Amino acid sequence: MVRKELSPIDVYRFLPKTNCGQCGEQNCLAFATKVVTSEARLEKCAPLLTKEHERARRQLEKMLRPAVKEVVVGVGLHAVKIGGKFVMYRHEFTYTNPTAIAIDVTDEMPEGELVDRLKKVEGFNFEFIGHPLKLDMIAVRSITNEPEKFQATAKKVVENTNLPIILCSFNPQVIKAGLAVAAKSKPLLYAATKDNWKEMAELALRHRCPLGVFAPNDLKLLRSLAETVLEYGIEDLVLDPGTFSAEGLAGTLSNFTTIRRSACKSGDEFFGFPLMGVPMIAWTQKNGVHEDVARWKEAYLAALLIVRFADIIVMHNINGWALLPLVILRQNIYTDPRKPMAVQAGLKAFGKPDDNSPVMFTTNFALTYYTVASDLESAKINAYLIVVDTGGIAVDSSVAGRRLTAEKVANALKASGIENMVKHRRLIIPGKAARLALEIEELSGWQVLVGPKDSSGIPKLLQEKWLTQA
Amino acid sequence: MKTKPAKLVEADFAPPAPTYPTKIVEVKLGATKNEGGTRGKSIVIGGETVPAFYGFGGPAPHPPVIALDVFDMKVSLPRAVKMHVKEVLEDPAAWAKLAVEKFEADLVTIHLVSTDPLIKDTSPKEAVKTIEQVAQAVKVPLIIGGCGDPKKDMDVFEAIAEAFAGERFLISSITRDMDVERCGRFIKRFGHVALSFTPMNMNLARDLNRRLYEFLPREDIVMDLTTAALGYGLDYAFSNMERARLAALAGDLELAHPMSSGTTNAWAAREAWMEMAPEWEPRELRGPLWELTTALALLLTGVDLFMMMHPAAVKALKDVIEQMAHGQPDEVDKIANWVCAKI
Ligand code: B12
Ligand code: SF4
Repeated sequence: MVRKELSPIDVYRFLPKTNCGQCGEQNCLAFATKVVTSEARLEKCAPLLTKEHERARRQLEKMLRPAVKEVVVGVGLHAVKIGGKFVMYRHEFTYTNPTAIAIDVTDEMPEGELVDRLKKVEGFNFEFIGHPLKLDMIAVRSITNEPEKFQATAKKVVENTNLPIILCSFNPQVIKAGLAVAAKSKPLLYAATKDNWKEMAELALRHRCPLGVFAPNDLKLLRSLAETVLEYGIEDLVLDPGTFSAEGLAGTLSNFTTIRRSACKSGDEFFGFPLMGVPMIAWTQKNGVHEDVARWKEAYLAALLIVRFADIIVMHNINGWALLPLVILRQNIYTDPRKPMAVQAGLKAFGKPDDNSPVMFTTNFALTYYTVASDLESAKINAYLIVVDTGGIAVDSSVAGRRLTAEKVANALKASGIENMVKHRRLIIPGKAARLALEIEELSGWQVLVGPKDSSGIPKLLQEKWLTQA
Repeated sequence: MKTKPAKLVEADFAPPAPTYPTKIVEVKLGATKNEGGTRGKSIVIGGETVPAFYGFGGPAPHPPVIALDVFDMKVSLPRAVKMHVKEVLEDPAAWAKLAVEKFEADLVTIHLVSTDPLIKDTSPKEAVKTIEQVAQAVKVPLIIGGCGDPKKDMDVFEAIAEAFAGERFLISSITRDMDVERCGRFIKRFGHVALSFTPMNMNLARDLNRRLYEFLPREDIVMDLTTAALGYGLDYAFSNMERARLAALAGDLELAHPMSSGTTNAWAAREAWMEMAPEWEPRELRGPLWELTTALALLLTGVDLFMMMHPAAVKALKDVIEQMAHGQPDEVDKIANWVCAKI
């Protein structure tokens, strides 16, 4: 059953029904409602964890199990969760656990280069509507196929970063050597193939690590391998059907789609695991072309895989211009389609405003608010900003959809208490809300100054109009 | 305790063979001499019977195509785009030629920005002249872009429709605030195709298409469900298109039209054109990748026609579309040992 088809009553039936409130909700039904929408996790109901309710808990866990199992790589604060998908299409519910981006390092890299690269990966950050967009993992590749070299590299990686790691080699001796220094950080072992699966499964079992399974362009073999290692006792798998660029692109996407469809629509238990893609492949077919071309190809392969179901991708490039569109794409695809991203409405002060400082308003759509906020901050402006509740909708759309009206603005102005904080009565409004200007003046009694269409023009407006007319 | 398997357990796998009841309608853009126009060739879009790039449904009957933007007057363009077209900014015919001959556009969109009453308010007659020049300069099918003023657009579109009867130009676009009856009638009478545009809402799209059906056969309608830029609403655009295409294939005839995307909107995102801190530069590479990424996400929802701007983004999207037309990968050896690859 798809998660969205569960009703709160389905869940409520199995809860203790004591309305004790330990979960932080008013009663069991309220808790059930949140569980169904994934806003609360079962573990929050303490009574359910007791022996008495064990059977009910098992039943609930089964009901709530995602079509794609959630797998954890790494430990502690930096662990990443991958998979855990309930649906094939984001509009059916919402996607959980954004695609983890792993950057590769190799056992041939000189130490300085390696450490520098790790720093860069850890330091990658782009603040987007109040959330940091980051890179997630390190893929340690054995190029030499020599256990000692790999071990030395893995050791340096563990010593220099807390990011979760993927140990990559098809040689079990190499993986074993890596595990000797990295097992504690619960790496993903990559990968079991038709030739080495037994030794790899043994290692994964002994060290309780998730195991990658690799069968390039052979879904039947991939499924056989998955079933085999599951029977072997492994519980956490990551499936790699192979990433091909160029002529293999269509087949690659088709394989990813087939697997995810089988898991979500047919409940295939062997394909119900996270998927791994390797856009890095683009670099292996470089044939002397400029590095920027390889970066460009890797980036577009990654974009296709992020949209088509990859839960981890392994990349080589760390240049910002190519990674920025990707982390934004990932954010867009994984944002919850059920609710617009909103910030809290109300009065916000920027810099150190006084009773002569400008007053302006914007909407509570997160993208709008953070865009305006960053423009005010970077220009070091002292001002008051009133954030009007438009249900998380941008300026144009909310004006067109009548979620932003003169009345709302006038009410927000009143409720903010700004009248007691400034001496003037002049309100700057977004250029895209210009058509509300007259009505706002009438309802609020404030004089309206229509601002620019883009908030980056606010400093110029203040310079030209606020000072001269104040 | 279970016994551990000693050898590979052979699992079965039969690829899914889903069947969808509806086929997306095929729409022909442009008309050759034999077909009643003057274009060098016509282009058919649509005809899908499964969601985009579901390999198990076989390749799509008509691969997606790309139109490049041309403007009828000098407009402000992002620097990364401008550097490729600076010689032709004031000559739409030369611009169109460049788009087709150098950047390999399948179609050309000519945006009649100057007809905007708030800009130059040029007359429908002058717009006809501009189209005349462009139609002479290139032989690909044309898309006629209005200025966004519903009233003026109708006058301009009607004059062009009549002057180029039979050409099967794509009229971009027909919106809910226009006189839909009037538009439907002149598009039908003079043999063109309507681009039915709605702002990200499936119900509004159904509604506008339904109104158009009174005057136009389904084969004369393409729909634009609105494209928002990567980072600026792409999530809405993506899901709206994905939902519309799935609904169409499942039997919703009012949405079973080829989809067009104004991918150029990607440049509305500041991060596409703005100068940023050094770690995100150069913007000359970041910008086109922004447009390409927007296009790729929508390609996977089933978009049939992309209206784009940057040559590098166009080239890469063409490569992807071409590669997607191939079948299964065969060079397993090439990636079997990717872990050891030296880069
Ligand atoms: C994504 C989107 C949506 C999403 C909304 C996402 C959201 N949470 O807001 C959805 C799909 C829900 C939507 C719905 C609608 N939309 Co809409 N939507 C867009 C889209 C593509 C992008 C909007 C966006 O995110 N902009 C980015 C944010 C940051 O911009 P912003 O809020 O305006 O902020 C900027 C400025 O206003 C300014 N600014 C902001 N605050 C301040 C403050 C001051 C003091 C100053 C000086 C400046 C300033 O600076 C900011 C940065 O540039 C635009 C088209 C486009 N490409 O712009 C259409 C668009 C805005 N939508 C439009 C319409 C008509 C609608 C609907 C009415 C359609 C409908 N009938 O269903 C509904 C209304 C929704 C509702 N119920 O209220 C029209 C508006 C036309 C008009 N001008 O009248 C547009 C322009 C599309 C179009 N061409 O038809 N939409
Ligand atoms: S903690 Fe459990 S039993 Fe108590 S109210 Fe919440 S759901 Fe009900």
